[in-house]
Amino acid sequence: MEVRNITQDIKGVDMLQNSRKKTRILVAKIGLDGHDRGAKIISKALRDAGMEVIYTGLKRTPQEISKIAIEEDVDVIGVSILSGAHMTLLPELCQLLREKEAGDIQVIAGGIIPRDDIPALEQSGIKGVFGPGTKTQDVINFVQTIINS
Amino acid sequence: MGLVDGMLKGSVRALGKLITLIENESPGSTEALKKIFYHTGNAYVVGLTGAPGTGKSTLIDQIATSLNAQGYKVGILAIDPSSPFTGGAFLGDRIRMIRTNEEQDIYIRSMSTRGSLGGLSAATGNVIKILDAFGKDFILIETAGTGQAEVDVMNQTETTVVVAVPGLGDEIQMMKAGVMEIGDIFVVNKADKDQVDKLVEEIGKMLAMGYRSEGWVPPVIKTVATKGEGISALVQEILNHRRYLVEKGLLQDKRMERVQKEILEMVKNKVSSGIISRITEVNAIPQSSLNEILSRQKDPYSLVEEIVNHLPPFPRY
Repeated sequence: MEVRNITQDIKGVDMLQNSRKKTRILVAKIGLDGHDRGAKIISKALRDAGMEVIYTGLKRTPQEISKIAIEEDVDVIGVSILSGAHMTLLPELCQLLREKEAGDIQVIAGGIIPRDDIPALEQSGIKGVFGPGTKTQDVINFVQTIINS
Repeated sequence: MGLVDGMLKGSVRALGKLITLIENESPGSTEALKKIFYHTGNAYVVGLTGAPGTGKSTLIDQIATSLNAQGYKVGILAIDPSSPFTGGAFLGDRIRMIRTNEEQDIYIRSMSTRGSLGGLSAATGNVIKILDAFGKDFILIETAGTGQAEVDVMNQTETTVVVAVPGLGDEIQMMKAGVMEIGDIFVVNKADKDQVDKLVEEIGKMLAMGYRSEGWVPPVIKTVATKGEGISALVQEILNHRRYLVEKGLLQDKRMERVQKEILEMVKNKVSSGIISRITEVNAIPQSSLNEILSRQKDPYSLVEEIVNHLPPFPRY
């Protein structure tokens, strides 16, 4: 006699998913950078992977992003930056989070970031860098991995 | 209980983490809520409802900064729908809250409905209590905005603001059962568009035809939220409505009714989740029974009676 979990529908989706813990991720556009297409694409992919995605909108300062991340108690911040100012702005964001006792929020970055800059960024607290050509599934997998660690 | 103490002392980090705890119904959440409850009772809750695209987020941004400038402490809950398939959500309301994002003192939290229908999430009531305990004087809630009668908002808020814009066929929208009855204040936003006066007139006519037991006549306010026009009139009406409820003793009645509903709802939820666990545990609905029902060898009603009659007695859930 087959055992059927009555709270799951035929696709295995939990019908009582209401208060299941959700991953909350902040997708942030930092600095003077008007390109939001990538951020929106990644936001949609993360949402479709079952996460709660909060989007900051364009031209946010590190100060604003840290405030939003703390209010929203996100697990991860995904910063999108294509302006070239990443070496200034990303470490500043990580520093602010540490100062506000939110150093446990993981920060990843995407956009136009030269490979040579990645070691320094990782030193300052960035957990992963995803340049052009990144598959959205890779970002999803990475987020799921760092959440569980 | 570190989070609760931290929140009561004013830590925004603790506040954020506490809301997550309660939203996830994590271990310790009931204990936290019990402690938090004794610090509640001060906040006044205003809900904004209306179809997507009517400008609710922009309006909340303006209302919040206006109240903040008058010395009130403000918190905002922005609720968006979750996907019924993936459970995920895109919470984009706060993008439009440009001025409040810059205001250090105004707290904004984005929430997903997490499967609830009715415009709010199941945790909204408890999150309101946390913001209340944190010291907020006003809590502004933006519902998920289906445009249909979002009755949950009525149960959770003290003043309900219904937002419409001209040109969306709103005269018919407004006639749908429930929308007219739930509004304490009506806002026609984007009032610089065509047909605004026609909509204001339509709403006014429908309100005149309706009946309000508590005697409050809902005002209709024109706004252009992006330009800040009409905002001070709107804020004034919110304060007027609050004063009206207090003076007539209606606020107390509302709160009494809300507590009653909350308790019933919580009892219902606790019992039903206990029952669902139990029937899952004992495999009370095996595939074979489902097959029998589909092939008309058995009816579902009799199966339900069998299941219920075999449930262990309380309080074994």
